[in-house]
Amino acid sequence: MENTITDFDHKNEYTKLNLGPTHPATHGIFQNILTMDGEIIVDAEQTCGYIHRAFEKIAEHRPFYQITPLTDRLNYCSSPINNMGWHMTVEKLLGVQTPKRVDYMRVIIMELARISDHLICNSVIGVDVGALTGFTYVFQWREKIYDIFEEICGARLTTNIGRIGGLERDFSPACIQKIREFLKEFPAILIEFTKLLERNRIFMDRTIGVGGISAERALNYGFTGPNLRATGVDYDVRAMNPYCSYNDFDFIIPVGINGDTYDRFMVRQQEMWESHKIITQALENLPEGKYFAEVPQFYLPPKEEVYNNMEALIWHFKIVMGEADVPLGEVYHSVEGGNGELGFYLVSDGGRAAYRLHFRRPSFIYYQAYTEMIKGSTLSDAIVTLSSMNVIAGELDA
Amino acid sequence: MSVLVFKAILVLVLFLISLGIAAYSTYAERKVAAFLQDRIGPDRAGPFGLLQPIADGVKMFLKEEIIPNVSDKLLFIAGPCIFMLTALMTSAVIPWGKALEFGGQIYNLQVADINIGVLYVLGVVSLGVYGIMIGGWASNNKYALLGAVRASSQMISYELAMGMSVIAVLLMSNGTLSLNDIVASQGTGKLYGFIDISGMNWNVFYQPLGFIIFLVCAFAETNRTPFDLPESESELIGGFHTEYSSMKLGLYLFAEYINMFISSAVIACLFFGGYNFPGIDYLGTVLPHNVVSIISVAALFGKIFFFIFFFMWVRWTIPRFRYDQLMRLGWQVLMPLAIINVLITGAVLTYFGN
Repeated sequence: MENTITDFDHKNEYTKLNLGPTHPATHGIFQNILTMDGEIIVDAEQTCGYIHRAFEKIAEHRPFYQITPLTDRLNYCSSPINNMGWHMTVEKLLGVQTPKRVDYMRVIIMELARISDHLICNSVIGVDVGALTGFTYVFQWREKIYDIFEEICGARLTTNIGRIGGLERDFSPACIQKIREFLKEFPAILIEFTKLLERNRIFMDRTIGVGGISAERALNYGFTGPNLRATGVDYDVRAMNPYCSYNDFDFIIPVGINGDTYDRFMVRQQEMWESHKIITQALENLPEGKYFAEVPQFYLPPKEEVYNNMEALIWHFKIVMGEADVPLGEVYHSVEGGNGELGFYLVSDGGRAAYRLHFRRPSFIYYQAYTEMIKGSTLSDAIVTLSSMNVIAGELDA
Repeated sequence: MSVLVFKAILVLVLFLISLGIAAYSTYAERKVAAFLQDRIGPDRAGPFGLLQPIADGVKMFLKEEIIPNVSDKLLFIAGPCIFMLTALMTSAVIPWGKALEFGGQIYNLQVADINIGVLYVLGVVSLGVYGIMIGGWASNNKYALLGAVRASSQMISYELAMGMSVIAVLLMSNGTLSLNDIVASQGTGKLYGFIDISGMNWNVFYQPLGFIIFLVCAFAETNRTPFDLPESESELIGGFHTEYSSMKLGLYLFAEYINMFISSAVIACLFFGGYNFPGIDYLGTVLPHNVVSIISVAALFGKIFFFIFFFMWVRWTIPRFRYDQLMRLGWQVLMPLAIINVLITGAVLTYFGN
C-alpha cells in the first residue's frame, strides 16, 4: 500500500485534509488544505478561484448599466447594496446629484439587504455549531425581505435593483405597506432568535475565544465591516464617509472587544437593530419628489415617453445599445456592504465602457487572514470561524 | 402454549416493534423538527405523510450501492451490520410489562430474565461502537476516520460515567442486577417511606442526580445532539458514514433510532419505574390481571415515547459541543459527579440501614 508510513518522523504523522472545495460547511466553493494533528490544525493553506468569472475583465467591455447584474453576483446575500454602490460610483464619476427621495429609498433598500445578509450569516453560524432551528426560523424573514425587493424591482435574490441616477419606479403603496409590516413584526423575531443562541451556554463555549484576531492584525490585513468592528475599531463607511444621505440618520456603530466569533455574531445582531432603526427613520421622513436624477444619457426614459417623444426614443436607443459616452476620469467609491467596505475603483478613458474597473471585495481580504486565524485550533473551530467571517465565494472570486 | 413458543413469538414481536418504532421515529423526528422550526414537515406520502418512512425505506433499498475501491470491503459491509445487530440485541432484557397469565401459566413479558441484565445492556451498548469504528475505518476516508475516532473516544468516556450512575441505582435495589427485579422493586413500597401511592416508588425521586448523569450519557451513547460529533454534518460531512450509500447507510441511520428507543426504555426501567404506573395496585383489584398487564405495557411505552420526544426536542434546540469540551464534560464534570453520587447513596443507605 502506498499510504503506509515508513518514515516515523513526527512530521509524517500529520494528515493532510482537504476542507473543500465541495464541503457542506464552506457555503460556496473554496478549498483549504489543512495539515492536521488529530483534531488540531497545524498548518493551513487556502486556495481560491473556483468560481472566478472574470467580472472585472468583463466589465471593461460592457456599457455601465450592464455591469449592475455583475455586481449582483458578488455578495449575493445582499446584492442591492452592490447594485447601489455601483450606481453611486457612476454618479460620482458623472457628477450627478441625486434627489433626497432617491437617497432615502436607497437607504431603505440597502438596510433591508443588510438585515437579510446578517440574518443569513448569524443563523449559519448556528447551523455550523449544530443548531439548525434558528436558521430555518429566520429564513422566512429573509423571504419577507425578498418579497419587498420583489415588490420594488420584480427580482428576489439577484435583484439588479435601481438604475444609474435613481430607481426605475417609485415605491408602490403595497411595497410601503410590506415594509411597514416588516418593521412591525421583525423585532419580535429577532428577539426570539437572540434568545435561542445569544446566552446559550454551548453556543457561547463554541464561539467565545474562537477564531479571534487582534485589531492591529485586522487593520494590517485591511479588514472592514463587522469583522473589523468586532475587534473594537469603530470604522463604518456609513459614518466615516457618509454617502447616500446617511448623515441624516441617527444610528450607532456597535463594536466588539475581542474580535472573536462571538463578537462578530453580536456585532451583526446589534447592526440588525440599527438597520431597523435607520429604515424606520427613512420611511417616516421619506421626502416627496422625483425618484430619479436628471441623467438622460444613463437613466432610461419612461416607456410612454419613448413611444411618443423623439428625444426619449433616441436616449432609449443610445442607452440600450451602450452608446452613451462616459466622461474621462478616475473615481473610487465605497459603500458599507453586507460584510465590509465594498469599493469600486473606476478608471475611465472617455470611451463607452470602463478602461479599468476594480471591485474591492471584503471577502477576498478576510479570506487571506483565514489561515492565520485557524492555525492551532480544531477543525470544528475552523468551520465556525469561516461562517462567522461571512466569506461568500461569489465575492471572494468575483 | 409452551413458554418456549411464547418467547419465540415475543422475540419476533419485539423485533418488529423495534423496527417499526425506529421507522416511525424518523417520521416523528421530522415532524417534531418541523413543529419546532415553524414548518409543516413531511405531508405528501399518505395522510399526514404517514407513509413517509415506508417511502424512505424503499428509496434506501433502491439507491445505487457504492463500495469505494479503496475500502476494506468485508469490514465495510460488516460495520453497519454490527451496529444494527447490537442495537437490536439490547431489547432482550427489558421487562416490557407485568407478566401475563393464561390458565395458571405465567408468561413473563421479557425475553430473557438474566440476573446480570444491567451489565448485559452496558456491554452490548459498548459493542455498538465497533460498528462505527469498523465502518469509519474501512471507508478509508479521512472524514470517516475522524468521525470514527470521535465516536469511539466519546462512547468509551461516557460509558464510565454511565456505569457509575447505574451503580447508585443498583445499591438501592439491594445489589440485584436483574432489570426485572429493579423494575419490580420500584412498584412496591412507599415513596420516601411515607407517600403511599402504589407504583410510584420510582428511583428518579431518590436519584435525581444519577438520572441526569445517565440521561446525558444516554445522549452521548446514542450520538444525538449535543453529542453528535461523530457524524456532525457541518464539520465531517457525514462522519463515519460519509462513504456509505443505499441500505448500508440506512442501517446506520436506522440503528441510531433503535438505540434511541432502547435508551429510552432503559431510562424508563432504571429511573421511572418501568411498567409501573400510579394506581397499579388499585387497578389490579378492579380489573382482570391480564388487562392490567396490557395497561402496564402501555405505561412503559408512554414513558418511552416521552423520552424519544425529549431526545428530539433537545436535538432541535441546542448546538453541539466541540470535541475537547465534550471530553472535559465527560471526565471532569460527569465522572466526579457520578462518583460523588455513589458515595452519597452509599453513605445514606448505611446510615439509615436500608
